[in-house]
Amino acid sequence: MDLKKIFSQFNIVVQCKRYGLSLWQCPQFLFLIMGVVIIGTAVITYAIGTRYVEDPALIALIILLLTTILFIIAFIIIQGFERLAEANRMKSEFISVASHQLRSPLSNLRWAIELLMSGRLGKIEKKQTEYFKILKENSGRMMELISDLLTVSRIEQRTLPLKKQEFSLENLIKELILEFKPFIQSSNIEVKFKAEENLPKILADPSQIRLAAENLLDNATRYIKDKGEVEIKLEKKRGDLYFEIGDNGVGIPKEDKKYIFQKFFRSENVLKYQTQGSGLGLYITKSIIEKSGGKIGFSSQEGKGSTFWFTLPIK
Amino acid sequence: MKKILFIEDESALQKTLGEILRQEGFEIIPALDGETGLEMAKTKKPDLILLDLILPKLHGLEVLKQLKEDPGTKGIPVIILTNLEGIGHVDTALELGATTYLVKAQYTLEEVLEKIKKALQE
Repeated sequence: MDLKKIFSQFNIVVQCKRYGLSLWQCPQFLFLIMGVVIIGTAVITYAIGTRYVEDPALIALIILLLTTILFIIAFIIIQGFERLAEANRMKSEFISVASHQLRSPLSNLRWAIELLMSGRLGKIEKKQTEYFKILKENSGRMMELISDLLTVSRIEQRTLPLKKQEFSLENLIKELILEFKPFIQSSNIEVKFKAEENLPKILADPSQIRLAAENLLDNATRYIKDKGEVEIKLEKKRGDLYFEIGDNGVGIPKEDKKYIFQKFFRSENVLKYQTQGSGLGLYITKSIIEKSGGKIGFSSQEGKGSTFWFTLPIK
Repeated sequence: MKKILFIEDESALQKTLGEILRQEGFEIIPALDGETGLEMAKTKKPDLILLDLILPKLHGLEVLKQLKEDPGTKGIPVIILTNLEGIGHVDTALELGATTYLVKAQYTLEEVLEKIKKALQE
């Protein structure tokens, strides 16, 4: 199984196809060719050198020719890398433009739905309300996805604003739990919050940290089977504040653990319980925590639950 | 009756937010581009201005700048109502003298209505 994976790493044709480059533009392939040419050059010069020792001009000419070929290949390799970098930049830009452009019509739509539902334009039948609710919920989901995509594009274009200020992480988490309360109660989940006494304030961007913690709380409460138990801890560890959130949810399968922070990744077992979700939350959370000077990690056992933690420096 | 100048090029928003504001008893002066908006602000003397940023003819920030330079319109509170985000825009708008900066996608109609009422009370 693992051997197969290692082998596929060497399968250059497959790798190049994934990048969308032709073989002669693909850095990996060209690198291999260059290697072959270098070895060939050494062998040929050796062979010719021993045969025509008396004509050094010919040897010099051949070496010059082969070096030129190597130089050209190296140049194409660099160009290949440039194309890959460009493709990556275009992708980030595409996400940014698309999400910006989608946001305006979507907010118009949401406000129109809100106005209709408010009854300000006339009385609504009960049956109609049900369908307005569907419109509202689905446009809400679209809005969430778009806002996640916007955050991702800001992270990738390095334009995510970090307005640092001192604030209490404890209060922020309390507010967050309060906000989740309706959802928590309706899903039969119990959330416990234990915070050490006299915790110091931290210096970070509260709106970003809020987003990071919100994603973790959302994950902890979303992938729960029957009766959910979520435990949040906040304590001081050396020069950091340590945040931990544990759940008794579906957990993360062993083979998915290394991909869990990748964007758009969603674990197979999770898809069985909950198909909604963009696979962007943990990627965003990790980026925010690391940009704020903290660390993030987790431990998990499939079927038992997961515990995610992060640290943030005190001042 | 309080007068609100609504500078916004999207007719969908002119309709929804305009409707709710009219129902709340405000008089709405709609303007569909920056130039007209600026002109209306000078002639109609509204009590409050709702200003989008991406506007035809004259950009919202330029409208704001000229409003605040003119002694006749300087005192009118301006609420920026846009989908343009980013620290650069927010900071510039607030420095130029905008009362609040609202990102449309982050608020419901009712919340925007509350903000408008609050700005009119102050």
